Amino acid sequence: MKSFKYLALSTMIGAALAFTAACGKTDNEATANGSQAEGTSTEQKASEENKQLQGEINLDGSSTVYPIMEAVVEEFGMEQPGVKVSVASSGTGGGFKAFIAGSTDMSNASRPIKDEEKAQLEEAGINYTEFKLANDGLSVVVHKDNTWVDHLTVDELKKMWVEDGKARKWSDIREGWPEEEIKFYSPGTDSGTYDYFNEVILEDAPIVENATLSEDDNVLVQGVTGDKNAIGYFGYAYYAENKDKLKVVPVDGGNGPVEPTNETVESGEYAPLSRPLFTYVKNESLKNEEVYEFVKYTLDNAAVLSEDVGYVKLKDEEYEAALKVLEGLK
Amino acid sequence: MKLIDHTKVLKHMKPRIVSNIFFRLLFMAATIFGLLILGILLYRVITQGIGYLDFQFLQNLPSRKPEQAGVKTALIGTIWLMGVVAPVTLLLSVGTAIYLEEYAQKSRFTRFIQVNISNLAGVPSIVFGLLGLTVFVRALALGTSVLAAGLTMSLLVLPIIIVASQEAIKAVPKELREASYGMGATKWQTILHVVLPAAIPGILTGGILALSRAIGETAPLVVLGLPLFLAFLPKSVFDMFTVLPMQIYNWTGRPQEEFQGVAAAGIIVLLTMLIIMNSIAVFIRNKFQKRY
Repeated sequence: MKSFKYLALSTMIGAALAFTAACGKTDNEATANGSQAEGTSTEQKASEENKQLQGEINLDGSSTVYPIMEAVVEEFGMEQPGVKVSVASSGTGGGFKAFIAGSTDMSNASRPIKDEEKAQLEEAGINYTEFKLANDGLSVVVHKDNTWVDHLTVDELKKMWVEDGKARKWSDIREGWPEEEIKFYSPGTDSGTYDYFNEVILEDAPIVENATLSEDDNVLVQGVTGDKNAIGYFGYAYYAENKDKLKVVPVDGGNGPVEPTNETVESGEYAPLSRPLFTYVKNESLKNEEVYEFVKYTLDNAAVLSEDVGYVKLKDEEYEAALKVLEGLK
Repeated sequence: MKLIDHTKVLKHMKPRIVSNIFFRLLFMAATIFGLLILGILLYRVITQGIGYLDFQFLQNLPSRKPEQAGVKTALIGTIWLMGVVAPVTLLLSVGTAIYLEEYAQKSRFTRFIQVNISNLAGVPSIVFGLLGLTVFVRALALGTSVLAAGLTMSLLVLPIIIVASQEAIKAVPKELREASYGMGATKWQTILHVVLPAAIPGILTGGILALSRAIGETAPLVVLGLPLFLAFLPKSVFDMFTVLPMQIYNWTGRPQEEFQGVAAAGIIVLLTMLIIMNSIAVFIRNKFQKRY
């Protein structure tokens, strides 16, 4: 019995010692790996076409863009298993922080870069290039049994969503609609989806106070499906997956009501609620062949892969133009 | 003459019996409520996830196609995380506990430390994430490596193990120590040969339970900016990695309904790991426990 205790005790201490030993060893290993990587990358330049690249690429940024990048890395990994790609999703803002700190090569964003982020990047001496990857149509949805809403204008959306101290019923928005209180469901204020909605609809005015905010868009889907007087908005993919449970509201941005579909979002007809999804690439990183090839691969395949994960592709010309820009940066 | 007034006794008896039954039912209901929720959770997770759970699921990388998605990197990453958290926390917390219980004088200062350890145990995990981001990821420039995340998680569970170890050391009877001193042993000999062997079950049980918490946490690791998709496995503690809870969190937020099933399968894997670890804790306690 007593020997068990010594066994346990010595395993514990042994584990601790092994750990400290491992620590010291891996330190050397890490530096060795580093110099090795440099060596191999010079070798590669000498080798021929269709070569196997090596190196590391780090990505961070928007969780909305993450599924596209996951798909790209998955496919890229089959062609170039030697390149170690990591994709984090700390959100658009968090991604830019890491990008400014210089720890990532690419930063995904579901909104264009802000002026203060540009200034900080300049200060850090980081030059970057913006690439558009796909479009997302923010879909405004209501309950399936909602028979009265046929479309909404941008002004009506504003009237609904901006807090003005008054309770609002459907009848306040347009005459003839029922006198029932509207229930609001919106993505959380940290999300790029909210940022975009804020930019085009709220315009920095506060959102209605009794809106239910959630970072999980599936919660919003459930909220709207469960309440006849509910209205909500979220990315197109969440509507597309729940078409049978929700009714999408055509939005009138000045040229008549338009329903979000792959065609109307791609052509830009669905305005102003289509938003572009971006990735920002550090120019310096593009000098590394593996990063250049990865970005090229991304732009070559973004059309197919973004549709695969529920977004809307850009026009072919836009990808071609982006590839030209990329070539100029090599 | 009757010694007991039966009518009076009967009058008092009824409310007592009623309250006895009432409290029994109340406490039983409280227990059943917890079990019921656990049952529903397990049922939901297993029925949803079992279809996606197979050997391939453990061997595949994450994928945009639900049927090909897997947890290989996340599972290995979680094991790496444990490899850092376990030795670091055990060393630090057992050391602290021994110092506080055996060496330190009971002064205002040690009481101050004691109170703060208890306070630390109640700090929300996301705060530890922010601390880890500033200290380990940025200031020490460890990046989002196994080491940085492991040290952050160690800080998170440290107070729990310190308290558990202190309790275990306190529970060692005074007579054992005195006998040891009586034999002429020094303080360190006593701690090493008498106190620690007797306290090991309690320390390890607390340690493993705290470790289970560390591998189930998501918030601090999200703050650290851990990657979600990795096309490679970590080779040292300085490599990047990802963990199961983050992968599960990402899957539950996907629009495609199939990913809910994949997330459930991930939860089953994580639950299995936790159950195995907790059974080890129970096994150790039963195997080594000695009653004095």
